[in-house]
Amino acid sequence: MEFGLIILAIILATLLGWILKQSFNTQPWIAEPVDEAAYQAPFNAKPKLVALTTFLAVVTSFFALIMSAYTLRMDLGDWVPLTEPQLLWANTGILVAASIAFQWTRNAAVLDATARLKPGLIITGVLTTLFLLGQYAAWQELYASGQYVTGNPANAFFFLMTGLHAVHILGGMYVWARATQRLFGGSDDVEQSIELCTIYWHFLLLVWLVMFGLLLST
Amino acid sequence: MAYVAIADRDHEEEHHDPQTFITKYVWSQDHKVIAIQYGATAIFVGVIALVLSAMMRLQLGFPDTFSFITPENYYQFVTMHGMIMVIYLLTALFLGGFGNYLIPLMVGSRDMVFPYMNMLSFWVYLLSVIILLASFFVPGGATGAGWTLYPPQAIMPGTPGTDWGIILMLASLGVFIVAFTMGGLNYVTTVLQARCRGMTLMRMPLSIWGIFMATILGLLAFPALLVSAIMMLLDKTILTSFFMPAISSMGADPGYTGGSPILFQHLFWFFGHPEVYIVALPAFGIVSDLLSTHARKNIFGYRMMVWAIIAIGGLSFIVWAHHMYVSGMNPYFGFFFATTTLIIAVPTAIKVYNWVLTLWEGNIHLRVPMLFAIGFIFTFIHGGLTGLFLGNVTIDLPLSDTYFVVAHFHMVMGVSPILVVFGAIYHWWPKITGRMYNETLGKWHFWMTFLGTYAIYLPMHYLGFQGVPRRYFAMGDTDFLPASAQDLNAAITMSALFVAATQILFFANVIWSLTRGPKADPNPWDATSLEWQTPDTPPKHGNWGHDLPEVHRWAYDYSVPGYADDFIPQNVPADVAPAGRDHGVEH
Amino acid sequence: MPLAVVLVLLVVGSIVFHLLSPWTFTDLASNWGMVDFTVDITLYVTGFVFVAVNLFMAYSVIKFRHKKGARSTYEPENKKLETWLTALTAVGVAAMLTPGLFVWAKFVEVPEEAHVVEAIGQQWHWTFRYPGDDGKFGEVDAERISGDNPFGMDPDDPNGQDDVLVYGAEAHIPVDKPVKFLLRSKDVLHNFTVAQFRVKMDLVPGMQTFLWLTPTKTGRFEVLCEEHCGMAHYTMRGAVVVDELDDYTAWLDEWPTYAELNATPAGDAVAGAAQYAVCASCHGQQGEGVAALNAPKIAGQDAWYLKRQLLNYQNGSRGTHEDDVYGRQMVPMSMTLANEGAIDNVVAHIQTFPDTKPASTIEGDVANGERLYAVCAYCHGKNGEGIQAMNAPRTASMTDWYIERQLQNFKDGIRGSHLKDYYGFQMRFMANTLHDEQAIKDLVAYINTL
Repeated sequence: MEFGLIILAIILATLLGWILKQSFNTQPWIAEPVDEAAYQAPFNAKPKLVALTTFLAVVTSFFALIMSAYTLRMDLGDWVPLTEPQLLWANTGILVAASIAFQWTRNAAVLDATARLKPGLIITGVLTTLFLLGQYAAWQELYASGQYVTGNPANAFFFLMTGLHAVHILGGMYVWARATQRLFGGSDDVEQSIELCTIYWHFLLLVWLVMFGLLLST
Repeated sequence: MAYVAIADRDHEEEHHDPQTFITKYVWSQDHKVIAIQYGATAIFVGVIALVLSAMMRLQLGFPDTFSFITPENYYQFVTMHGMIMVIYLLTALFLGGFGNYLIPLMVGSRDMVFPYMNMLSFWVYLLSVIILLASFFVPGGATGAGWTLYPPQAIMPGTPGTDWGIILMLASLGVFIVAFTMGGLNYVTTVLQARCRGMTLMRMPLSIWGIFMATILGLLAFPALLVSAIMMLLDKTILTSFFMPAISSMGADPGYTGGSPILFQHLFWFFGHPEVYIVALPAFGIVSDLLSTHARKNIFGYRMMVWAIIAIGGLSFIVWAHHMYVSGMNPYFGFFFATTTLIIAVPTAIKVYNWVLTLWEGNIHLRVPMLFAIGFIFTFIHGGLTGLFLGNVTIDLPLSDTYFVVAHFHMVMGVSPILVVFGAIYHWWPKITGRMYNETLGKWHFWMTFLGTYAIYLPMHYLGFQGVPRRYFAMGDTDFLPASAQDLNAAITMSALFVAATQILFFANVIWSLTRGPKADPNPWDATSLEWQTPDTPPKHGNWGHDLPEVHRWAYDYSVPGYADDFIPQNVPADVAPAGRDHGVEH
Repeated sequence: MPLAVVLVLLVVGSIVFHLLSPWTFTDLASNWGMVDFTVDITLYVTGFVFVAVNLFMAYSVIKFRHKKGARSTYEPENKKLETWLTALTAVGVAAMLTPGLFVWAKFVEVPEEAHVVEAIGQQWHWTFRYPGDDGKFGEVDAERISGDNPFGMDPDDPNGQDDVLVYGAEAHIPVDKPVKFLLRSKDVLHNFTVAQFRVKMDLVPGMQTFLWLTPTKTGRFEVLCEEHCGMAHYTMRGAVVVDELDDYTAWLDEWPTYAELNATPAGDAVAGAAQYAVCASCHGQQGEGVAALNAPKIAGQDAWYLKRQLLNYQNGSRGTHEDDVYGRQMVPMSMTLANEGAIDNVVAHIQTFPDTKPASTIEGDVANGERLYAVCAYCHGKNGEGIQAMNAPRTASMTDWYIERQLQNFKDGIRGSHLKDYYGFQMRFMANTLHDEQAIKDLVAYINTL
């Protein structure tokens, strides 16, 4: 559980530290007129960004716990390490590219370079779909070589973790699809969606890298 | 300024008033309607769980008397009672119900930040309830694994409901977690982003602090339950061995290899212990506000109260294995977890002291909500202190898995939060419905519930001392138990049935109030917090009419020296106060 | 005002209840008096806090209840008071925690001289294993568990040959000697608890757990499973008998080692034919049962079950209750079988009989019977085929009037009351879920359809 605990400790410490900072040296019982400078919104951010950040904390907890379970289960007798398909390296490259492409699109949105938005979104969509197909191909490869889900707990964890990661990417693809639809429908209200998606893509890339590292090293 | 702009923009973009009955009361995006939907659904399943507990008590008090209670459905009742009460009643009611109703009103917002997602949260929650209740009617019935759902037993054929019941249970939990996450993101974002001008974090009422912290705990802890539910579902359906070791079950080899049941327990309690505080922290917060309002006195040590909530929330993540002292985990963990567990008693004790000190030199109005609040302090002290027995690893040896545990967690997590729930409902009822409740009925309801539950659980601890194990369908002949133990069990059953029956008083009061209750004053308790300052009672869609409120003081300006009134609402400007007054603070 | 009075009364009442309660810890029978000591300290500290805080609250409610014109004192904080209270609480917590940790340290370190007993749990029985003269246990493996090898022993492991296998729910240990119970489960979680010993621990399939104690009193102490283990969890009982050393050794010698069990020849059906002559006079030439003589059908019944019942008749755990008219007749008959070998032979002979379904004699509401049978099916099988691992004999195609009578006997405590009839003890719990004679008839009518 150490792994999950450390991650959670960091999340909690950040949050609690921030809250505590707000509360020291205040005397809440003293009535004061509204001080515009002092009462800025806490993150001075968009609510959707706050919600996304919170959601990422939830997803972090989710994956951290799975990986903790992985490390605990690994120590038991019947574990036979799985040799990961080489294809995963290519998939990782594709996901990195997708993240870069999203960043590029986001920069375009911020700079109001609207001409780059459509190609940007299409490229990210294609790359991400490729990643998912690549992951599926990796599954097929394992099955073809007789490595089934139930064959060994290492296999089961591999399928579980890659599967859940893919489910999260699919969730992102839903938002991506809606934004793309809006953009091609002539709306220009996509900047925030692109911004949020970019963060989400980077986050899932990070999750994947940590997960891939864990799979490779064990 | 930015956040104010957000609140206003939201109002323009999404708060066009609903027109039809359907959009107003069914597919409503108004946080107040959603809160009532959440609350009503939670109370509905709660009543089902109450009936289940009455059936269990009938069997325990009078074994071999009722042919409609077989060992199979006894264990099903135990499981469903526990799971419904913890998750589908208390979690849903405190966060989905009170969280939804109170957060926007108390922080001065027009609604939750994402009303559509808020609505979705309720409907997904309802779906999880339907899936859960459906498990009673599938082949094999509901799962009888106990609410902890420990594998291997939960998915092996020796337990009732391993055909479909356990699958539906796990699925329902998954759906519930989705619903909770949608609601939780809303609550956190609303508290962080949609507070009105002047509502600093340290001016928030403690109710909001409790709900806020509980939501954060829930968001970080529920994933552990989701992970374990997914893994167990795979173990059950496609025979993976995450949790399942090689076993020989009832003379057959089910085909598992090498998994770890303890791993499940770690994951389960990593969720399960914070879950206790997911229920307790909102109760702590709400009861603080009830005490302060009805004692006409500021809550004592507000900052300490906030820090205690934060400390308890943080600590609750590193005490989980105290549920596992005798589970067979590495016994050396016991030292660490016993220490952290007893440390958590310190901030908890501080909260109790501060509640009691709030009463000291107060001006106590013993109205119905206040009775429930003081009743809560009593039961919580009792439940908290017995926790010091079980948290101490050595004492857990004789007492774990006995009635002592059952009595402890019912005192601390059943009776205490439920007393707060009732207190809170009576307290905010006039605001929610615009009508008063019947004071006499309310008082009877309090006395019956408070005294009745104590008569159930005080003796139960002593059966635990004696070694009566929990989750036993019948004791039969057990040589170390005197015959009087069964008599005591029968007496406990009588109290339990009595308490269950007297809850009728509550529903009678609801009906009385809705049909002939007098119209309520907008602020019948002379309270300071924002929800009592709305232009309409009950508040209309958008809560605040044309202008958002502006906050100038904390929520506890009761009996401030130098004022004629004994309360100053949060939105009263600061310059109304005479300059240089004594705040009564000792330095 | 009534609230304050009630609070005071509840505090006083709780203390009085505590002092007068006849329900308290059982008499200690092990070295774990330190556990009781820790409980006492905690009781005093928490009791003081309970009384002090609640009385303070009751006093506040009386003194500061609303009066006309009264006003609260305004006091947001009192740092000094809060610091003091925090410090005091910390001291109280430390006073409770410290002894707890010291005792736990003793619990996790097993003394080296402790002898080892293995307690094995399964749904819903206890069995035990002793390491034998070499002091070492042989390897066991869940995958090797079968009817003939209920412990899952590895036949090739030399350490296991002298292991003493106790297939019964009672373990004996010598008094005043530290003993380490190694705990192992075949199927699901269980928990080994003896209330008088104060310690308990879960049994976890796939791993070994332990607890240790030094028994200080002789006597029979009941073992309860205290981790929910399925439908019949509450019937999973056993016993630890604390003996003087000599009695303990004598008892242990009665049980076979693994090697001895393996060396036991299988029953000889031909040799059993002669002994069966006695049985045939009542149970019929082909074991088909004779209702007029109150002798049930035994043809087709599981061999292990027939053997166990014959042994039960011989050792007095069945057929000794004064109301067990027909069981009492069986006792002298069983004595005609001189030893276990003779029993094996006669049982082997019975296995050669043709198995024909006897005529039904009992009618009842089959639908209701089916509902009731759901509980029975856990052990006896969905088709009443009997499951040896559950110690549950076949019920289908056996004489129905006999099943009815036995259910009634279990219900009335005529059968299954003897301490050594571990499995009959369980059937008493189960028979008690049948609330009247009609329920039994309905159930048996359903069994007739299997």
